[in-house]
Amino acid sequence: MKYKDYYQALGVERNATTADIKKAYRKLAHQYHPDVSKDPEGEEKFKVVAEAYATLKDTEKRTEYDNLGKRPAGEDFAPPPEWQQRYESDASAFDDVDLSDILNAFRSGGRSGGRGQAQGNFPISGEDYAVNVAVSLEQIYSGGGTDVAVEAPEFDEHGLPHRVSHTYRVTIPKGAMDGQRLRLAGKGGAGRNGGKPGDLYIVLTIASHPLYRANGLDLYLDLPLAPWEAVLGAAVEIPTLGGNVELNIKPGTSSGQRLRLAKRGLPSPNGAGGDLYAVVQIVVPKEVGKSEQALYEQLAAASTFRAREHFAKETK
Amino acid sequence: MTVTVSEWIWLNDHGVCSAEHLSEVSGLSNEELGELIDIGVIVPVDDKVRPMEFQLRYVVIANTARRLRDDFELDRHGVALALTLMRRIDDLQEELSAVRARLHHVHTSRDV
Repeated sequence: MKYKDYYQALGVERNATTADIKKAYRKLAHQYHPDVSKDPEGEEKFKVVAEAYATLKDTEKRTEYDNLGKRPAGEDFAPPPEWQQRYESDASAFDDVDLSDILNAFRSGGRSGGRGQAQGNFPISGEDYAVNVAVSLEQIYSGGGTDVAVEAPEFDEHGLPHRVSHTYRVTIPKGAMDGQRLRLAGKGGAGRNGGKPGDLYIVLTIASHPLYRANGLDLYLDLPLAPWEAVLGAAVEIPTLGGNVELNIKPGTSSGQRLRLAKRGLPSPNGAGGDLYAVVQIVVPKEVGKSEQALYEQLAAASTFRAREHFAKETK
Repeated sequence: MTVTVSEWIWLNDHGVCSAEHLSEVSGLSNEELGELIDIGVIVPVDDKVRPMEFQLRYVVIANTARRLRDDFELDRHGVALALTLMRRIDDLQEELSAVRARLHHVHTSRDV
């Protein structure tokens, strides 16, 4: 079993008062709580903080924890003999036991039939878990499946909680949006004393794509054009999630113009689907050869086009 | 590795559920849920129809309310205020990401 330094997690001394512990928790919760923090690692950091607070705010759990003594975080340690007695298990049975799970089990008396020091046999529902899953636009377009792994405590015949990993296959519905969630009922933490198991919530996040930006069901794609393509018009190949399509660029197309390709965005569950917008960007070569330079100079001399003509009008 | 194909429910605006279901899956009391309905954080599909029905996406809101209540030890008014502000932030972020999507990927600037 690995030691966790809950005092270090909250940034308090081992002799901190309950009030100090609460104050430290609140400060860190404001910083890392997944509902209020934009820190990409906030959720993981908050889990550590919440776990530490759940143990240290409770006098009995804190005493059990303090009795383990001070050790370096992450150090392997043998469970105290009284824990082994309580669960009729030897030290090796604790190898895959998480410290927080066993402290929680003490508090609730372990699973029905276990030998934990029961403080009451009222049913306790299992914990809900939330897992973030990044999906690609290609997966959303084709509606493929994805595997989601989650680790949750399960109780053996002695009431000892072991961490068990489960993998669930879920189907991504066509047109799923960023932040969309699904609920797998009863796939969270195990309940105790006849309590219901918790639920597993899966939160989809759309992974950033090198070409497309999603806005709802619509997709946006930058379309670089050479100056002559913008002036003279051209037929260009556009990559879409459903394959390449040819787009006719009209002569006189300017930067920033959005060209709509109907129903080439993300599909919707009802079949309507979004559009793909190609946003024109006129790009120029960083270096030109002598002959090209001469042609540009010739063009500059011949052209009557005044790109900033409106400046004069607007400042009169 | 064993892969389990499991039953799941998408929490979006297509499916509906009852107030009891929202309470059950979130852990909010009926009174707490009632307060969130009263202030418009959770909105029934049709407030004239009884029993009330709610889009399944409100499971997420109800869960957030319970988490805020527990993790920050907020009272009902605190939860309601936090949810209202979070909804405004969500709306603004949605607008911001829509604007960002319409803008070019490449932005170059230079001093002259």
